[in-house]
Amino acid sequence: MATLNQIAQITLLNLRSIPSRLGTSLVVVVGIAGVVGVLVSVLAMSEGFRHTLASTGRPGRVIMLRAGSDSELSSGVARDQATLLGTMPGIARDAAGRPLVSAELNVMVDLPRKGEHDANNVPFRGVQPAAFAIRDELTVIDGRPFRRGVREVIVGRKASRQFEGLEVGSRIAFRDSEWTVVGIFTSGGDVHESEIWADAEVAMSAFRRSGFQSVTATLADGSEAGLAAVKQTIARDRRLSINVLREPEYYARQAKVLGTLIDVLGYSVAVFMAIGATFGALNCMYSAIASRQVEIATLRAIGFGGAPVVASVMLEALLLALAGGAVGGALAWLYCDGASLSTLNFSTFSQVAFEFRVTRALLARGLVWALVIGAAGGALPAIRAARLPVTVALRTA
Amino acid sequence: MIHLVWAQLFRKKTRTVLTLLSVIIAFLLFGLLQAVQVAFESGADAADARRLLTTARYSIIEPLPMAHARVIERVPGVVGVASADWFGAKYQNESNAFAVFAVDPARYLDMYPEFRVPAAQREAFEATRTGAIAGRRLVERYGWTVGQKLPIASEIHAKTDGSLNWEFDLVGVLDAEDPAVQANTDMVLINVAYFDEARQSGRGKTGWYIVRIADSSQSRAISAEIDRMFANSPDETKTQPEKEFAIGFARQIGDIGALVTRILIAVFFTILLLTGNTMAQAIRERIPELAVLKTVGFSDRVVTLLVLGEALLLLALGAALGMLTAVSVLPALNGKTGGRFPPLFVDAETWLLAALITLALALVVGLPPAIRVGRLRIVDALAGHR
Repeated sequence: MATLNQIAQITLLNLRSIPSRLGTSLVVVVGIAGVVGVLVSVLAMSEGFRHTLASTGRPGRVIMLRAGSDSELSSGVARDQATLLGTMPGIARDAAGRPLVSAELNVMVDLPRKGEHDANNVPFRGVQPAAFAIRDELTVIDGRPFRRGVREVIVGRKASRQFEGLEVGSRIAFRDSEWTVVGIFTSGGDVHESEIWADAEVAMSAFRRSGFQSVTATLADGSEAGLAAVKQTIARDRRLSINVLREPEYYARQAKVLGTLIDVLGYSVAVFMAIGATFGALNCMYSAIASRQVEIATLRAIGFGGAPVVASVMLEALLLALAGGAVGGALAWLYCDGASLSTLNFSTFSQVAFEFRVTRALLARGLVWALVIGAAGGALPAIRAARLPVTVALRTA
Repeated sequence: MIHLVWAQLFRKKTRTVLTLLSVIIAFLLFGLLQAVQVAFESGADAADARRLLTTARYSIIEPLPMAHARVIERVPGVVGVASADWFGAKYQNESNAFAVFAVDPARYLDMYPEFRVPAAQREAFEATRTGAIAGRRLVERYGWTVGQKLPIASEIHAKTDGSLNWEFDLVGVLDAEDPAVQANTDMVLINVAYFDEARQSGRGKTGWYIVRIADSSQSRAISAEIDRMFANSPDETKTQPEKEFAIGFARQIGDIGALVTRILIAVFFTILLLTGNTMAQAIRERIPELAVLKTVGFSDRVVTLLVLGEALLLLALGAALGMLTAVSVLPALNGKTGGRFPPLFVDAETWLLAALITLALALVVGLPPAIRVGRLRIVDALAGHR
């Protein structure tokens, strides 16, 4: 108890003297706020990107691609193969007995971002009627769905926000054809919200394609056994050379390269900044103990131990660090959270739009970083303060 | 004089060294991040103003007929045409581990005089149907040797037997002297004559055309003329100068420049506070000494300059050491990322920018205490009034 009391006394004494050392203390707070702000906002970017892909698809659904292809863009599924896949047992059926399977065309169209004019690879998906029953998370929030057989498109909410000319009623020209935007859809914030959707048959004739890129279906039995049965059916059929993946597995793979790249960038920058901030904190704490040399020596002369001195210096450093971490996290949250952006996902060669996500876990991680920097910056000065012989401290001050 | 500034600076060793280390880290980060930004823009820097790029009008992924080459060739002002097609490589089970282009060897290499291929290897590439040449950084990363078989799968193109597994003969190595150009050699080139014949579908089509023109000032007119040739045909084109294409492609990724700038603003703002605080502390402690200097005959201006010089020395020393560290760690970093990421390097512009930032920081940090000290009255200072 006595030690705790001593720690509290000295720490309070220290904290009261902060106003007289405002400049130095501010350096610590701002330095650490910078580290945490940059770390949290960059990680919020990869978090948002991963979240978008991770919320795409359901485990009970599969995407079928040509064996050997890792993305829809490089895959090709001929019409007769798609028909075969649609009649397989193991695929769920709707109330009317029609299979829940959609063979889809996936191409890219060039569209500028809002207010710019450079072309971006915006994904364009031609879907079969069952696509809406399969992906029941999709809702048209503005306008109406496209009609079959007509050059009409519906646009994902995120694509409509990022790219020029994708509002309901606007007309867009692609490849000797003009299309009308008739609706905007949401699908739970997933990657499809970055896409433009149209009727597969119309899209195929307009883009002069004879085959599809992928086939998406709902499994009748979503368990491992159900999936294995479908895989076996396909493997036994010599006309098919098709790879079956659960949707979440397929989309998680797409997040890997870019997600890792952003993380590496965020962490490397933050590590350097943290080293810089540690030097700043060391500087601050050294000057703090230097300015209180006499007080500390006096306290020790009247019987305060070395441990309370160390603890009090550490506590001060940690409190300043915590303040810095809180400021940095708050700035990242205010400035970034929910901000939307789009980038080229190398894995699919197409644009994906997403939002910064400043999560609690990220904020907590930022605070941990702040405390580590504070501890690193406080330790050496604390030890020096406790070690300096009382007589020397009183004489050289 | 310098000696005096130096002595002032290291009066409190710990404080100065710690501040210096922070400045070094800041400029190290600056050097590295600028290098990343430069690498992203290097496509545009390495662009040749006398090269145009012709792609399908509505999307780069749509193929164009190979027959377009003969039409483009006849457009006045065009002196050469080469085509390239995206192979969609998968190497050791990694998708897009590197770029593979199917090209006509002679036409393609003529288009890029900045690439270096030994004459004998170039001849071998032209003469070998299954031949391939690869960028030096890729060759080093995978430990390939000239003469070996190169097994590369395609995610897009099946051979006539239905297999996606292709094999080529590595006959040469491609390199470039300028690091900005070297980024463009991180690829494998294969012979389109063999590729087009051996593939199952898509025969007679290619991905895009590279067009060489005689006069770069004519690039817009010639681009428009090429596109006019194919207007209202089933395969309309979009032609633009290579540089514009490169900039546009970099923009697809997003505004890397803005991201880097924001991070650097946070970094330098912290450094500003840190060094500003160090300087203020250092000067405050030295007021009596500075007054003594004035007493023994140093003019106000000289004392002002002394203080300013101290700030400049601290920042310049940190900036130089930080930038040199950045320069010395980059080669090792490049060795590790070879071919996966363009080579990073610190260009002249980055050095210039570093110098300007140093100067600006020194002024902001050093000027207020310098002026205060310049105005200091000896009597007050010695008496302890501040």
